[in-house]
Amino acid sequence: MKILVPVKRVVDYNVKIRVKADQTGVDLANVKMSMNPFCEIAVEEAVRLQEAGTATEIIVVSVGPTQAQETIRTALAMGADRGILVQTDDQIEPLGLAKILKGVIEEEKPDMVILGKQAIDGDNNQTGQMLAALLGWSQGTFASEIALDGDKLTVTREIDGGLQTIKLAMPAIVTADLRLNEPRYASLPNIMKAKKKPIDEKTIADYSADAAPRLEIVKVTEPAEREAGIKVETVNELVDKLKNVAGVI
Amino acid sequence: MINPFENEQRRAFKDSIAKFLEAEVWPHVDAWDEAGAYPHEMNEKICALGVFGFDIPEEYGGLGFDDAHMRKASGVEMGRSSAGGLMASVGSRSIMLKPLTELANDEIRQRVLPELLSGRKGGALGITEPGGGSDVANMKTTARKDGDEWVLNGQKMFITGGMQASYFVIGARTGGDGMGGISLFFVEADTPGFSRTPIERKMGWWASDTATLYFDECRIPAANLMGEEHKGFYAIMNNFNNERFWMAAQMLGMSMRLFDECVAYATDRQTFNKPLIKHQVIRHKLADMSAKIDAMDAYLNQVAEIINTGDTPVAEISKLKFFCSTNLEWIASEAMQIFGGAGYLRGNAVERIYREVKVQAIGGGSQEIMRDLTVKQMGL
Repeated sequence: MKILVPVKRVVDYNVKIRVKADQTGVDLANVKMSMNPFCEIAVEEAVRLQEAGTATEIIVVSVGPTQAQETIRTALAMGADRGILVQTDDQIEPLGLAKILKGVIEEEKPDMVILGKQAIDGDNNQTGQMLAALLGWSQGTFASEIALDGDKLTVTREIDGGLQTIKLAMPAIVTADLRLNEPRYASLPNIMKAKKKPIDEKTIADYSADAAPRLEIVKVTEPAEREAGIKVETVNELVDKLKNVAGVI
Repeated sequence: MINPFENEQRRAFKDSIAKFLEAEVWPHVDAWDEAGAYPHEMNEKICALGVFGFDIPEEYGGLGFDDAHMRKASGVEMGRSSAGGLMASVGSRSIMLKPLTELANDEIRQRVLPELLSGRKGGALGITEPGGGSDVANMKTTARKDGDEWVLNGQKMFITGGMQASYFVIGARTGGDGMGGISLFFVEADTPGFSRTPIERKMGWWASDTATLYFDECRIPAANLMGEEHKGFYAIMNNFNNERFWMAAQMLGMSMRLFDECVAYATDRQTFNKPLIKHQVIRHKLADMSAKIDAMDAYLNQVAEIINTGDTPVAEISKLKFFCSTNLEWIASEAMQIFGGAGYLRGNAVERIYREVKVQAIGGGSQEIMRDLTVKQMGL
């Protein structure tokens, strides 16, 4: 079984985000970038399927700037076999990305696509779902467990109020939630091996995808700063604050 | 500061260690220190990153290549974790791997190196004795040849990782007085005549296991002699260079952590109606700290470049080690001043690193010995 894992290069989760002075976006100058944590979980799941003998090849694809090669290389160091970089310096929206990925999938013909449920930059949570719709494939989103059962894929989904287990016909799209696994740390021998694994360089035009933006960003601002809490002396004061200040009762 | 020698692999390696340590070690350092021990599985987890395999052939479980910049990166990240005790115990194998790889017989290498490099078994180097550490040439432990065996008698002191270790590289006197009469031996912990007791209540490195080793008519096979008889002193001295370089890198990491802790604390802490960091006296301390950190970093990079050419710059490594330990002493002391009473309480990185300054200034070659060696190496 061939698995495709799309990965995204994002601002590292440890970095304190700063908004650009002109409010056009987030400041990316000299900011540490790394693989989106949900994408890491997706890569890890694919590698585990390969180690279990279920998957035979793992292809990692990233759509982004030249530096996204490093993100692909990280996935290769975790155990993926080869990479594809669809090079673009443009901001790609989920629909555009899904169209590009559809092109990649038609060329590579994987049996399964595992991707993060969302990226921690835009938090869109749309690409997997849109991709499934464009391909007409079944989808198991927010997966916390997956198991291949003959030609069916059993996916346990994290939904409001609990877990839902569904059976999918293959080929299928799976989006990884936080509890699907704990990704491994790349070891030095594997980092060195990853250096020798191939990465194909492509452009959006190679897949004839229309990735033009549909949205216009009006402005980006910092969230309002939270005010410090206060201590109340009596229950009466508490009720008063809840009623008249917080307005919740 | 920008590292001009960074490349994609070096960055990926550094990021991977940092990520591992921040997630799996940082949150537990205080608890492990108070417990005086760390979970045994950490040995394998840290070894799995590949941090100890430099310059060891792949057939023995090593990396099959060396890179001083990567050695530096692992030391820096381990120092930054402020888990000195853990790093000392897990890292104790690193100072016996080189003599083992270069001098032990192939049966021992095939069997032992993969176990040490994977973290399944621990290893330690036994040179220091109750009578002295710096004065290696005056070592008292003896080894006498008896048929097909060597018989060891004596004691080794302050042996880091010594309680967990299954394997030891031990220095012992096989010949006359002085540096020309010392040989190295491979000793297994279950050998009759070998015993050990823990050294507890140390100033720092609380999570580490330190031991006194006893050899009482301890018989080992003749084939456990490592390298040539009477040539052990040179192997020991050569081996110290890697250790010292790695310790210097750890001291840089510890200094960086102190700086980060100070900035965070001084930004948050209010005194005289403004944040601590707005007071000029504190700002100047931070400026000095940062300049010293940059100097240590640049010095390490330069020495790493020289090491990567295949050279062993003994004078520079000696200078580097005491340069870093004197800087760390100053930075840790100033960090304590910035933290004030908060730093005097147990359970924070500043207090812990302050306690661990001295082991860096003494262990692996004291500041005094480092200065001595420096001028000697300069031909003065």
